[in-house]
Amino acid sequence: MLIELRFFAALRETLGVAAERVEVPAEVATVGALRDWLRARGGVWADALDLSRPVRAARNQRAGQPDTPLADGDEIAFFPPVTGG
Amino acid sequence: MDRIVVQAAAFDAGAEIASLREHDASVGAVAAFVGQVRDLNGAQGVDVLELEHYPGMTEASLAAIVADAHARWSLRGVTVIHRVGPLKPCDPIVLVAVASAHRGEAFQACEFVMDFLKTEAPFWKKETADGVSRWVEARERDDIAKQRWQGAGADEATQDKATHDKATHDKATEGTRARPRRA
Repeated sequence: MLIELRFFAALRETLGVAAERVEVPAEVATVGALRDWLRARGGVWADALDLSRPVRAARNQRAGQPDTPLADGDEIAFFPPVTGG
Repeated sequence: MDRIVVQAAAFDAGAEIASLREHDASVGAVAAFVGQVRDLNGAQGVDVLELEHYPGMTEASLAAIVADAHARWSLRGVTVIHRVGPLKPCDPIVLVAVASAHRGEAFQACEFVMDFLKTEAPFWKKETADGVSRWVEARERDDIAKQRWQGAGADEATQDKATHDKATHDKATEGTRARPRRA
């Protein structure tokens, strides 16, 4: 399954990546599973995406939850809690 | 009549308010909020506030918040302008202006849009003072401000009562007034 990853703000800076296209195994079927899969890369990925951190997610530019299902070609973004206004 | 813009350039709040109310005689009230960059570090250094956002999702998120406001209150128009890129203290950063027949809807909807913008629209602030940059952290009180509007139970009952009391009061002073529709 092909996923377009996007990272923003502090998370983008920590990971050193703004966008990345990844092929994920079929068992990575939800936004939460994708976060786990990315965390398994270790290093800054394990730390920045640790479950103790308040990371938010969006699927195809709409707010997503850990149980939000993934589909081929999805754009999945991870970012810190928002601070606009 | 809604206008939702994400831009680097400054905005003219007066002109935006005028365009919301002019040529629409059903508008009796415009409530507007302007947020501006604060100098959090006093007089030391030159502060820069850099606004990052998620192009596409930002506009969609703001449009959803404005649509939600329309579903809750009878509104004639909503303008939301949020700036991105580098800003300095005293720069205006966000404008929310709401036009309605009566002031109650305009006041409430303006605050509602700001409360949801601050907690849902994908903007992030990075502050630089004396050459040191840090990402601004989300504040719990912003989530609490949003939760007021989501309430079932006691919070909503309190809010409904306040709305009702205000409507009763307004009827005595202003004649008939439409009550906000609640989602």
